Amino acid sequence: MFNGKKAIILGERDGVPGPAIAACMEAAGAEVIFAVTECFV
Amino acid sequence: MSSPIIKACAYTLFHVPSFVRYGSKPTREESNSPQPLLPLIEKHLRSFEEAVEYPPNQVFIGNLHPDRLNDIEQPWYDHLLKGASRDGVYGEIMPEEEFFGLLKLADEFDLIWFEKEYAPIFQQKLRGNPLFGKIDLGKTDKGVDMDRIQEKVAGQESLPLYHQGRVVGCFHRHHEQDDSLKAQVLMENLMAKASGALVLKHLLKRSQVSPEEIDFILSCSEEAVGDRYNRGGGSLSKAIGEMCGCVNATGCDIKAFCAAPIYAIVNAAGLVKSGVFKSVVVVGGGCLAKLGMKFKGHITNDMPILEDVLGGIAFLVTEDDGESPIIRLDSVGKHDIGSGSAQQNIMESLVSKPLDRIGKKITEVDKYGTEMHNPEVTVPSGSGNVPLNNYRMIGALAVLRKEIERGEIDRFVLQHGMPGFSPTQGHIPAAVPFLGHAIDAIKQGEMTNAMFVSKGSLFLGRMSQLSDGMSFLIEENPAKKA
Repeated sequence: MFNGKKAIILGERDGVPGPAIAACMEAAGAEVIFAVTECFV
Repeated sequence: MSSPIIKACAYTLFHVPSFVRYGSKPTREESNSPQPLLPLIEKHLRSFEEAVEYPPNQVFIGNLHPDRLNDIEQPWYDHLLKGASRDGVYGEIMPEEEFFGLLKLADEFDLIWFEKEYAPIFQQKLRGNPLFGKIDLGKTDKGVDMDRIQEKVAGQESLPLYHQGRVVGCFHRHHEQDDSLKAQVLMENLMAKASGALVLKHLLKRSQVSPEEIDFILSCSEEAVGDRYNRGGGSLSKAIGEMCGCVNATGCDIKAFCAAPIYAIVNAAGLVKSGVFKSVVVVGGGCLAKLGMKFKGHITNDMPILEDVLGGIAFLVTEDDGESPIIRLDSVGKHDIGSGSAQQNIMESLVSKPLDRIGKKITEVDKYGTEMHNPEVTVPSGSGNVPLNNYRMIGALAVLRKEIERGEIDRFVLQHGMPGFSPTQGHIPAAVPFLGHAIDAIKQGEMTNAMFVSKGSLFLGRMSQLSDGMSFLIEENPAKKA
């Protein structure tokens, strides 16, 4: 689905963390160039 | 063998609007903004009375049950509790002038200078607090000329201290080359110490335990105390205990981001259960860096900047008194390194697994304390309703375990949860603001148990992608049941 696409990922502490989104994006063919989890509280 | 108990809790707030400018976010935004931000910030600051009458603050100090917030129309800052008291069942809300006096009392290294007209005023204000009416306040009434303050601010990296828009003193750097001892860092540390000391004083008063009886103190404050060789390696626990006369105690700090209070209480309970110590204090002072953290969202929504208070929390963990709710040490939930960081994994580690271990369903816990952040602080800035999201996640786990139907999640949240009411001070909202209310309700037979679930953002330190968390359950004392 994301073959040839680059992904910048912002995860959230109380939502979905960055590594989990990165794993999904890589499985869908994206190249993850940056992934981070942030805490907004 | 008997279980450890939490004999008493104390909660304090410190209304310090003049320090909002020194919160991490306002400081950074001000230095990067093309337009001056401070006038805008000052325009949105609350008066002391408004902070006292703000319903979530009344819940925090114990004058109002958290569930009562469901009956008060939002925004709560427009529905103040007129005539509400600064004195609470569990502590108090201290105004800025008194807090200046307390800061100077906590200052062992002459880090703060107050102008000579203001110093005696601040001391006098602190003297008016019943907790400080009879103690030696030393030379905290001695001030300096404004010229010397201005000289320090202009040439030696001291930070000006404000009150009601006027410079009233300054806070010094204490080593010209050590950024761990620069004014901003030392101010954060001293504010945590001073606020921790006040809440510990309230704890001792409430528990009717003398300071000399305390064996050990665990500070769960977030500040990185130390110098250039050991940034964050220092401790606030003994500094706080020293201010309160706990001469027979030693102590150390527990660091676990927002989850530190739960880690500290579990450690305290283990020390008491093992017989190493009989009376262990867990104390957390307030966090200057988090003042005004969401100020942009508040200004955009033309509402008061609600992050104008520091928090303080303290708990006394002792041997069983046959009356207070016990800490079930077999109920401790932990987020293992191998658990993964997905929300479901975290909540299973902290809720389902420990409850399975003690043979309880999710629905058999009367109330859950989770991250108790006040949603009026977080929602306007787009950070969502943190406690509500956590309660829904616990409800979803109950659905997965077929304890409730999917359509019952909202009812589960209402029954087993509560609105958030804590200032967004990191470790302060970490489930434990509900401990005082829970203990009282269990003692009065209105509840039988409560679970406290806290998460920590380990990844913020950039050493691991891991999350963190810990939980425990308290329940009615078996001796009372018998």
